Amino acid sequence: MNHPNAWIQFALYVGALLFLTKPLGLYLVQVLDPRGRTWLDPVVRPVERLTYRLCGIDPEKEQAWTGYTLAMLLFSVVGLLFTYVILRLQDHLPLNPQGFPGLSPALAFNTAASFTTNTNWQSYTGEATMSYFSQMVGLTIHNFTSAAMGIAIAAALVRGIARHTAKTIGNFWADTVRVTYYLLVPVCFVFALVLVSQGIIQNFQPYTVAKTYEPYTIQVPKLDAKGNAVTTSVPKTDDKGQALKDDKGQPVMVDQPVMVDQKVDTQTIVQGPVASQIAIKMLGTNGGGYVNANAAHPFENPTPLANFLQILSIFAIPAALTYYLGRMVKNQRHGWAVWGAMFAMFVAGALVCWHSEDAGNPIHQKLGVAAADGNMEGKEVRFGIFNSALFATITTDASCGAVNAMHDSFTPLGGLVPMFNIETGEVIFGGVGAGLYGMLIFVVLAVFIAGLMVGRTPEYLGKKIEAYDVKLVMLVLMVLAATILGGTAWAAVSTWGQAGLNNAGPHGFSEILYAYSSSVGNNGSAFAGLTATPADGDMHYNTTLGLAMLIGRFLMIVPILALAGNLAGKRLIPASAGTFKTEGLTFVLLLVGTVLLVGALTFLPALAIGPVVEHFLMRAGTLF
Amino acid sequence: MIKLITQSIRQTLLWTVVTGVLYPLVMTVFAQLVFPAQANGSLIQRDGKVVGSALMAQQFTGDKYFWPRPSACTYGTGPTGIAGSSGSNLGPTSAQLQKNVDAAALRTASKLPADAPVPADLVFASASGLDPHISPEGARFQISRVAAARGLSADVVGKLVDQFVEAPQWGFLGEPRVNVLQLNLALDAASPKKP
Repeated sequence: MNHPNAWIQFALYVGALLFLTKPLGLYLVQVLDPRGRTWLDPVVRPVERLTYRLCGIDPEKEQAWTGYTLAMLLFSVVGLLFTYVILRLQDHLPLNPQGFPGLSPALAFNTAASFTTNTNWQSYTGEATMSYFSQMVGLTIHNFTSAAMGIAIAAALVRGIARHTAKTIGNFWADTVRVTYYLLVPVCFVFALVLVSQGIIQNFQPYTVAKTYEPYTIQVPKLDAKGNAVTTSVPKTDDKGQALKDDKGQPVMVDQPVMVDQKVDTQTIVQGPVASQIAIKMLGTNGGGYVNANAAHPFENPTPLANFLQILSIFAIPAALTYYLGRMVKNQRHGWAVWGAMFAMFVAGALVCWHSEDAGNPIHQKLGVAAADGNMEGKEVRFGIFNSALFATITTDASCGAVNAMHDSFTPLGGLVPMFNIETGEVIFGGVGAGLYGMLIFVVLAVFIAGLMVGRTPEYLGKKIEAYDVKLVMLVLMVLAATILGGTAWAAVSTWGQAGLNNAGPHGFSEILYAYSSSVGNNGSAFAGLTATPADGDMHYNTTLGLAMLIGRFLMIVPILALAGNLAGKRLIPASAGTFKTEGLTFVLLLVGTVLLVGALTFLPALAIGPVVEHFLMRAGTLF
Repeated sequence: MIKLITQSIRQTLLWTVVTGVLYPLVMTVFAQLVFPAQANGSLIQRDGKVVGSALMAQQFTGDKYFWPRPSACTYGTGPTGIAGSSGSNLGPTSAQLQKNVDAAALRTASKLPADAPVPADLVFASASGLDPHISPEGARFQISRVAAARGLSADVVGKLVDQFVEAPQWGFLGEPRVNVLQLNLALDAASPKKP
């Protein structure tokens, strides 16, 4: 880690994040108040009013938690069906210059669930599956709405905490409309243009076919007139190349496709409206790439500057929301304490991941690969080790899930960091809104634990934390953990689960564990060797992962909104000498301890048989 | 309930128009006006024909060219057109990965001794399979081979490589790197006779 440049970039990143937190937080205070004022009012206000009129919304009329939840759920269901239909009917819809067919039911369900829940896990290869219409209309809209929804729910929870003896927690429609119009669209507009300047494409042309410099030949299966592969009968051989004989001493014959040479003298260059999608993909912590390689693809992340802005945009809103929290509960030091706890865990994870990738893999170093270069498998030269490790940490601290390097090829401990980040609930700044409401679950738990330790009724910002509240918190934590571990266990012992693996040994188990963690956590990154859409059409992965996403999203949000409603109705009790202070270093340590303890107790056994054991096997030089 | 459902449907339609149609269209218009070259893929033309993109690696196997990083997706091109961009996704204990890491072959090609360390980027597949760059060390490692194949002195080729070393952006963002396609184009332009 002896790279001064890397430390400068790290310092710049941290500085920029710190600098953005307060102004963006103050802006959020205005955005999340239906009567708030922003400098965009002259332009946006009329559009906002028109929207309310068209949709029959009264922004001033607040909803109880039940109404808020119902609106959120119905809006999600409609959006999910909408995208499902678009994906299924893709071949009948416009803007499909490559003539891609409609998606299969399981894949369409998985994708619709994925984008509705802000997961953006991709069971498909973007550039070879999705038409421009599907990308824009079917997917980009969820990038906006799921992000707006997350922020709205965080705001509703904060209102629940800040208010007392109140019946309502805000208006769902007003929150999402205002977040989209005043925050997401304007920022994305500028951001996307900056990204285009760096080389991200934005057009509606069909893919470009370039005449390559140096033609080469590849081997492809020979096809007959009907398009079926031609096969020939050849003797079967064992591992050592010896011909196998049957009982009668006759050679065992096996069908093998006939291969023919094909000259390749072209390169197909992907095109499409990419920049507009990338901007919201990062800012809204969605993470679903336009193309398969996501932010590693030169058209999604062409330069180190584009990379820097993309990772900054992941944390920008989540960090600002902690300031919003402090402002709303009139205790700014509490907001900063939450920020501090997140920050400490972020730095720790980034350093561990960076160190592991920098140290590289002794198996390859023995072959004469320069040890100082670190583990470059699945990484891009323009980002190098540091920016790849930093990106991996940030994208999983948040529920973003974009990747600029292939996590599947990380060293065991380098890959453990993103996995553990997801499993602790993505509360390290976290997804837009999701990070804050997830962290507040841990805050309530931390306060509860502190209360137990000193033998007092726990209080949080002047409200008693009672059995009902703690039950809701535990419900969230247990459902999520059970879904991740249950799904992993099922897939790990099933034929369909093992059929999808790209790696054997403990790394194969890690691929499964990562998939369910990522789905439940609504992250969307992957140990991408895992094939969830197999050629034989097996639906298990796409269906179970899709359900895991829905559980991870809605069984988290509904109890959280119930908690918001319950907290809003409570009476304030005056602070006394015995009140546990939710600020300062003690609280930060307690909060970090709670997050790590819950995560470790739940997931260490599973991690031990995945990345941990793989680490020792790698050092011993074991291969699979 | 009915009211919430109609509101949901109207909201979905509204966002379809605003974020699904208007936003990408307006962005496209602005992008095409302000940064047309970038917005269309940073394409490189030679004799009026598109030969590739400055942002995408393509395959070079001949000795007279610098080689890009290994690609797990045949540089985005399959027998029937596009191949999805991707890395190998092979894990650290993968036997296949160990087999792919062919440091010895690269040493032989460059006529280097058996203990010469090989730059990691030359043996490891990139994340996208389309990484347009190699490290400066990765380029220098290949100078002797390219120079010999073209009958040029290593000095001349080395100078050209130095010209194509891009420093980290703004001096500190990212890593130093060499764009392989652009280097090879310049190499052809600098060699008077086509080899």
